[in-house]
Amino acid sequence: MLVLGESGAGKSTFLHALAGVVGDDEGESEGSLLVDGAHPSATRGRTGLVIQDPDSQVILERVGDDVAFGCENLGVPRDETWRRVRESLAAVGLDVPLDRNTSALSGGQKQRLALAGVLAMRPGLIVLDEPTANLDPAGVAEVRDAVIRVAESTGATIVVVEHRVSVWSDVVDRIVVLSAGGGVIADGAPADVLSGQGKELAARGVWIPQFPPPRPQRSERAAKHSLLAAQQLRVGRGKHALGSELNFEVMSSSALAITGPNGAGKSTLALTLGGLLTPIAGAVAASATLAKGAGEHPIRWKSRELLTRIGTVFQDPEHQLLTSTVRAELEVGPRALKLPGAEADARVDELLTRLRLEKLAGANPFTLSGGEKRRLSVATALATRPQVLVLDEPTFGQDSRTWSEMLALLARLVDDGSSVIAVSHDLEFVEALADSTVVLE
Amino acid sequence: MIPIAAINPVAKLGAGVIVSLFLIVTIDWVSASTALVLELAIIALMGIEPRQFWLRTLPVWVAAPLTALTILLYGRYEGDVYFEFLLIRISDGSIELALATFLRVLAIGLPAVVLFISIDPTDFADGLAQRMRLPDRFVLGALAAVRMVGLFLDDWRSLELARRARGVADRGRFRRLAGQGFAFLVLSIRRGSKLSIAMEARGFGGDTPRTWARESRWGAAEWFTIVIGTLVGLTATVVAVLTGNWNSIVG
Repeated sequence: MLVLGESGAGKSTFLHALAGVVGDDEGESEGSLLVDGAHPSATRGRTGLVIQDPDSQVILERVGDDVAFGCENLGVPRDETWRRVRESLAAVGLDVPLDRNTSALSGGQKQRLALAGVLAMRPGLIVLDEPTANLDPAGVAEVRDAVIRVAESTGATIVVVEHRVSVWSDVVDRIVVLSAGGGVIADGAPADVLSGQGKELAARGVWIPQFPPPRPQRSERAAKHSLLAAQQLRVGRGKHALGSELNFEVMSSSALAITGPNGAGKSTLALTLGGLLTPIAGAVAASATLAKGAGEHPIRWKSRELLTRIGTVFQDPEHQLLTSTVRAELEVGPRALKLPGAEADARVDELLTRLRLEKLAGANPFTLSGGEKRRLSVATALATRPQVLVLDEPTFGQDSRTWSEMLALLARLVDDGSSVIAVSHDLEFVEALADSTVVLE
Repeated sequence: MIPIAAINPVAKLGAGVIVSLFLIVTIDWVSASTALVLELAIIALMGIEPRQFWLRTLPVWVAAPLTALTILLYGRYEGDVYFEFLLIRISDGSIELALATFLRVLAIGLPAVVLFISIDPTDFADGLAQRMRLPDRFVLGALAAVRMVGLFLDDWRSLELARRARGVADRGRFRRLAGQGFAFLVLSIRRGSKLSIAMEARGFGGDTPRTWARESRWGAAEWFTIVIGTLVGLTATVVAVLTGNWNSIVG
C-alpha cells in the first residue's frame, strides 16, 4: 500500500503511530488505531519501521550485530537470532560479511540493512517512510527490489510513503491519499486513484508520472565568459584525494551539473569550488572578472569576499542557519557586506516575496518544513548576489512543487548572467537545467 | 605472544584498575618503577606493533615529564636547595617526588592505554551488561551514542565551512564559536532523537527480557588477566615495603 499526500498531511506521523513510536507527550491523538486488534505500543515488533535518513537508523557497528539488535530486544534465543540474521540479509540481497563495518556501507546498502533488521523481527507489517528519498538512482532500485522480494517471500503487509510515485506505482495494490486538512481523499487501486486524483495530487506536490511538474521558459542569454577553472584539480577531505584529476571551466550565463554515484566526492568537489576546502592538488582559479582584485585562489579569499563572488548552498540547510528568524537570516549577508540599511531591506523584501517566504519572516528557521528550509538557504545565498552559485543536491527529498520552483529560480539566475554549479543525482533536474555536466566515478 | 584482543574487555579494565589502586595509595619511586618494569615486560610479550605502541602511548610520554616538571619546580621542599626563583624552589625533596611522579604516571598510563587499544566498543558493552550486570538500556544507549561520534564530527566541520560561506568567519572568533556550539547542540539532539526512534522501532526499551546475540565469555584467560594485574600491584607494593620506601598517602 502506498500512502500519498502533500507536505504536512501527516504521512510520517501516521507511519510512526503504526510502528508504536509516537510518545504520549508528542501531541494529541483522537480515535483509535489497532494493529492485530491491539494498541501499537503493545504489539512492538509486529510492525517494523524504516525511515528516510540512512545514517540515523544504523544502530551498531557490525552488520550482523545491527540486524540482530531487534531480535535481542524481543528476547529471541541466540541460535534462532543468528539464523534469522542470515536469512534476512539474504532476503534483502545484502551479501557482505557479518563483521563488516556498517559505516562502510553505501546509502542503498544502509537502507537494505535497516530493512533486514526489521525483517529479522518477523513483523506482519513493515512501514517505510520515504525509504529512497536520499538515494542515488542505483540505490533507489536496490531498495525497491529488496522490498518487493521481502513482501513476496514473507507475505508481510507493506505500507510506504514516498513523493516519487513512479518508484512504487507499478508494484503496489492500493494507494491511499491523505489530506492536509485531515482525512482521506482517495483510496483504491493505483490506476483508479492516479487517473482520478492525479492532476490534483500533482498540483499539491506529489510526483505523478503522467503529470510532470512544469519546466521554466528560458530566455536569451548574454555571451559567456569564464569565471572559474579547475586546473589539474584533485579534491578530498584530509590527505587523500577522491577520484581522478579534473579539468573544466565554469562559464557565466550557464549551468554546470556534477553527477556520479554516492561517495564519488561530489559534495567535496562542490565545497572546493566554493572556496571552502583546500584542493589536495592542482587549483581552483578565479578569472579576473570574478576575482575583482581578491586574488586568483578562492580558498584564500576572506569569508566576506566570498559573498559577492561565490555563494554555496549546503546539502543540509540546517548547517547554514545562524539566527532565530527568517528575516534576520536573510539580513546576515547584506550586513556582512555593510550595505546601507535601505538597500539591505529592499533585497530582503524582494527575496521574501520571490521565494514565498513573506508570511514566515518572523518564524524560527529551524521550525520550517524541508521545502521552506531549502528555499530559505538558497535565498540567503542570493541576498549577496554572488556571480557563481554552488548548490549541493538542491532537489534532494523535495516535493514536485518545490522542485519546479527551484528549477525556475536557478534557470532565471543563469539567464540573467550568473553561473550555477549544482551537485545532483536527480537526472530530470540535470537534464532540465544543465548546459554541461561533470561526471565523477 | 598473548592474544590480548580476545580477552573480555571487562577483565582488561579490571586488571588496569587493580594496578592503579595499588599505585595511587603510595607516592614513592620504588613501587612505581617495579610496576613499570613488570608492565613493560608483559607489554613486550603481547607483541604489539612498535609503531602503534609509540603512537598510542605518545600522550602518556608527553604528560609524564610535564607533570614531573611541575612537581620539580613547585613540589615538596626538603633537604638541600639547588635553585630558587620566586615561587620556584628545586630541592632534594622535590627532585625525589618529581621522579616518583614521572614513573607513576607511566606505570598507570601505559598499561591503561595498551589494554584499551584492543577494546572493541561492542564487546565492551556486552561485557558491562552481561558480566557487570549494568542496566542494558544505559549500556546500549551509550554504545549507540559512541557510534554517532563520527557523524557529530562531520556536523561540526560542515558548520564551520557554512559559516565561512555565509560571510561571517572573518572575525569575532569566540562569539562565533558560541553560536556554532549552540547550533551543534540542536543538530545533535535531532540526531539523538532520530536514533532513539530507530531503536524503539526495533523493540528497544520494551518489557520483554532481552537476550544477547553475542555471549560475553569469562573463562581462564579473564581470571588470568585479573591475577596478573593483582600480582603486578602486589609485587610493587611488597618491594617498596621491604626496601622501606613505601609511604602511604592514607593516614
